[in-house]
Amino acid sequence: MRRSILPVFAHRLAILCYIVFALFPLFWLLKVSLTPNDLLYSEGVRMWPSRTTFEHYAFVLQHSAFPVFFKNSVIVSGSTAIAVTIIASLSGYALSRFTFRTKYWIVGLMLLTQMFPLVMLVAPIFKILTPLGLTNSLTGLVVVYTAFNVPFATFLMQSFFDGIPKDLEKAAMIDGATRFIAFRQIILPLTLPGIAATLGFVFTAAWSELLFALMLINGNNAATFPVGLLTFVSKFSVDFGQMMAAGVMALIPAALFFLLIQRYLVQGLTAGAVKG
Amino acid sequence: MTSRQHLLPARLTATTAMMPPTGTILPMTTAFTSSHGRRTRKPFLAQLADHAEPYLYSAPALILIITVMLVPLVLGMSYAFRDIQLLNPFSGGFVGLDHFRTLSQDKAFSGALKNTLWWTGASVVLQFTFGLILALLLDKPFRGRGMVQALVFLPWAVPSFLAGLNWAWLFNPVIGPLPHWLFALGLIDQPGNLLSDPHHAMWGPIIANVWWGIPFFAITLLAALQSIPRDLYEAASIDGANWMQRFLSITLPFLAPTIAITVLLRTVWVSNFADLIVVMTGGGPADRTQIVASYIFTQAFKALDFGYASAIALVLLVLLIAYSMLIILPRQTLLNKG
Amino acid sequence: MASITIDNLAKSYGTYSVLQGVNLEIKDGEFIVLVGPSGCGKSTLLRMIAGLEEVTSGEIRIDASRVNERHPKDRDIAMVFQSYALYPHMSVARNMSYSMRLRKASKEKIEAAIAGAASKLGLEPYLERRPKALSGGQRQRVAMGRAIVRQPKAFLFDEPLSNLDARLREQMRAEIKKMHGDLKATSIYVTHDQIEAMTLADRIVAMHGGLVQQVGSPLELYDRPANLFVAGFIGSPGMNFFEGTRHSDGVRLADGTLLKVQLPPGADDEQGITVGIRPEHVELSAEGVGATVDLVEPTGFGIILHLSLNGVDLKVFTSDRAFLTPGQQVSVSFPTHHLHFFDAGGNRILR
Ligand SMILES: Nc1ncnc2c1ncn2[C@@H]1O[C@H](COP(=O)(O)OP(=O)(O)OP(=O)(O)O)[C@@H](O)[C@H]1O
Ligand SMILES: [Mg+2]
Repeated sequence: MRRSILPVFAHRLAILCYIVFALFPLFWLLKVSLTPNDLLYSEGVRMWPSRTTFEHYAFVLQHSAFPVFFKNSVIVSGSTAIAVTIIASLSGYALSRFTFRTKYWIVGLMLLTQMFPLVMLVAPIFKILTPLGLTNSLTGLVVVYTAFNVPFATFLMQSFFDGIPKDLEKAAMIDGATRFIAFRQIILPLTLPGIAATLGFVFTAAWSELLFALMLINGNNAATFPVGLLTFVSKFSVDFGQMMAAGVMALIPAALFFLLIQRYLVQGLTAGAVKG
Repeated sequence: MTSRQHLLPARLTATTAMMPPTGTILPMTTAFTSSHGRRTRKPFLAQLADHAEPYLYSAPALILIITVMLVPLVLGMSYAFRDIQLLNPFSGGFVGLDHFRTLSQDKAFSGALKNTLWWTGASVVLQFTFGLILALLLDKPFRGRGMVQALVFLPWAVPSFLAGLNWAWLFNPVIGPLPHWLFALGLIDQPGNLLSDPHHAMWGPIIANVWWGIPFFAITLLAALQSIPRDLYEAASIDGANWMQRFLSITLPFLAPTIAITVLLRTVWVSNFADLIVVMTGGGPADRTQIVASYIFTQAFKALDFGYASAIALVLLVLLIAYSMLIILPRQTLLNKG
Repeated sequence: MASITIDNLAKSYGTYSVLQGVNLEIKDGEFIVLVGPSGCGKSTLLRMIAGLEEVTSGEIRIDASRVNERHPKDRDIAMVFQSYALYPHMSVARNMSYSMRLRKASKEKIEAAIAGAASKLGLEPYLERRPKALSGGQRQRVAMGRAIVRQPKAFLFDEPLSNLDARLREQMRAEIKKMHGDLKATSIYVTHDQIEAMTLADRIVAMHGGLVQQVGSPLELYDRPANLFVAGFIGSPGMNFFEGTRHSDGVRLADGTLLKVQLPPGADDEQGITVGIRPEHVELSAEGVGATVDLVEPTGFGIILHLSLNGVDLKVFTSDRAFLTPGQQVSVSFPTHHLHFFDAGGNRILR
């Protein structure tokens, strides 16, 4: 039997195109961040500069509030990811295992939250949080981000729970566990991939959020990475090398997290769970 | 002593079946009266606890969603009828439909509506098409697939504002290669910035959006593809179906529900998605890339006019809900009929 | 060990009624087998006894105390699932001891219980393995072990052997029987396998349409099925049925043949009646009615013959290896004492 290698070749070529398209912008970011200032314009379109330097990174780390932004973002994104994962495990489990009267209303409500322009919430949330002292605070951001991410995370967790046989917690309940113990000791450990996917997804989402961070925070002390980067960009808008060095550093945690969990995402993202 | 009886059936009706041929089956209920006459119902508290269980699990999520999203949403809707200027302490009064009257005259808004259609349509179609192709490519097992998957999905992890900045820089003729390449290809007369070209500026954010959104469709569709039972394809190949026929008769029907829901949700999401435009063009040049979502953003953050911003947001929300209904309802009625 | 009483138990999902008034008295140490066509509510009944499904109406009593409201964990029963439902993230030993750990039993007790169950089931070499690393038969044993370790008042089995191959099933069937002999535990066992039902049961409960059709020892159900459903359901291949009408001195079949049998008096003449005979009771003899062979199914143990009696289908089981081919003529006869009679309502007519 003669099998043509043409389809295989075309397949690999197409994949290659996608990889290049996906990575090229990031590659360019890295390249400019490593290009010394004096070469920036003369070698603007070259694929790799003749000389590289880390001076932009050094500048960003030493002469800006970057380490603070970084710390704030890690705190906010980490707390949000953990809070959302706990809350969404519970609600996703409820949607997966119970049939109750208001279930469809709850699903409807969660879908609705995925539909409206979040900008609309900026002013009301600002007004609600101010008297509580939660503006200009990382806690306020965590609360808001947690609420925003719970609906999608619920659907994500639900689809993971749906994949676990119901007989397991029935067996556990017969073995003498309450439902909650069965949930904690039997079901949750089996949902670890789902938990990883949810953690990673929410972390990345919180890491990138700009709108509310911009609105609810002013001043550098509680600013997160996106806000810091944007102010940095508008302040140093001529120094491309430094901006891109800052950009690369903003990218690293989110990208690392994503690479770790992306294979679980494919498992978990079924038709029920969809949102960017 | 065994007597034998010979049946002499001529046109005998007989059945050899598990189920009885005639009549209904009478229950063999041994009449049984309970010696324990008490019909105690479950203690009230226990019953309450049983019914409350699903709510207990969903309570934290619901409380958060209601207090942080639903209540502000209702408040935000009310702002559409009030004069809310963040820096003006005398604002806050009710203005009725004033904002909507202004809105109907607002040229920038009608332009933004058109741009929104264009932005959403082009973004979703391109994201979906390339996402589907990528999912199909990745559905075939090959060496290094896990690695490839991680790499091509990476743009999704890039924070949206950074994606915007990144692409803005790529389109910048000073440090980006794209203007020079386009010029070399003869697509533009001079290596200028696409983002400041009033006729083609919208393509900048769209391309960035496609780059950023392909992984979303690819991941979702790949998940759906991988849930299609393999033996269906094998059965179809044995039946003599070629690749295209298998795609049309198995893959597409299986993907259809996923496609419908992802495209619907994604359309809504993209039309609400202002980050890229705000970062890349700020709506310019001359409002040529202003979409409704970015217009709301501009009104709220630049003009600090939250009343007017809320009015626009309300209109957008109504349009989006109408759009969703338009897609969901016919499907639903079809399903109900079927 | 315990007795279980099921009193007028009903279950419906919304308006769809699954069980409609089931009564059953299970004695201490008894082995009850539930049989019935798919969807008749066997699993539902079992899950209600276990407490996994809410009772719509009626009462379940274990040792004379009502348990309707009790949580499964407080009913002190064990269940073996068709899917085994082993906890994938726990070793065999931990799977078996989970219930004891939940009850905070002492370490020595747990170890003794695991060792006891493992030796009974031959699981010693696998105690540290995860379920994933076990064969189907071994998993089945672990599921049994988990139930034994619990030392429950009663065992519930929902088609526990149906995922095993025939040889293993046979072996496990014998082991379950032996185990029941040892433990004398009250057991309720759901199966689709006729042989399992016949060999294991002290009493078989035949269910259909959400109701108990007959309760009795295996041979009782086989020899004296209470109604047409049980007659058709128990036994494989299934019973042959012929229709006729009742007469003063017997039964007149549809074609006019008169069947001379002694039926109890009282019922009206001319009433519709169904006559049944098991395939293994039809005799192939020199004298008798001529029939044509349609199909020959050798099972090794015997032969199932599909015959046509003047266009009417009839199944015969014979251990006679007589070489027959389709199209051949045979003659068959029907020993009267093997005939079953059912009235128009489908109920057995006692003779
Ligand atoms: N959660 C449910 N909601 C609605 N109907 C249900 C539910 N669970 C079971 N049923 C219905 O109840 C009936 C009895 O189901 P059950 O599982 O008890 O049957 P079974 O006798 O065990 O069948 P099988 O032999 O196939 O296991 C079926 O018709 C089934 O469709
Ligand atoms: Mg069943």
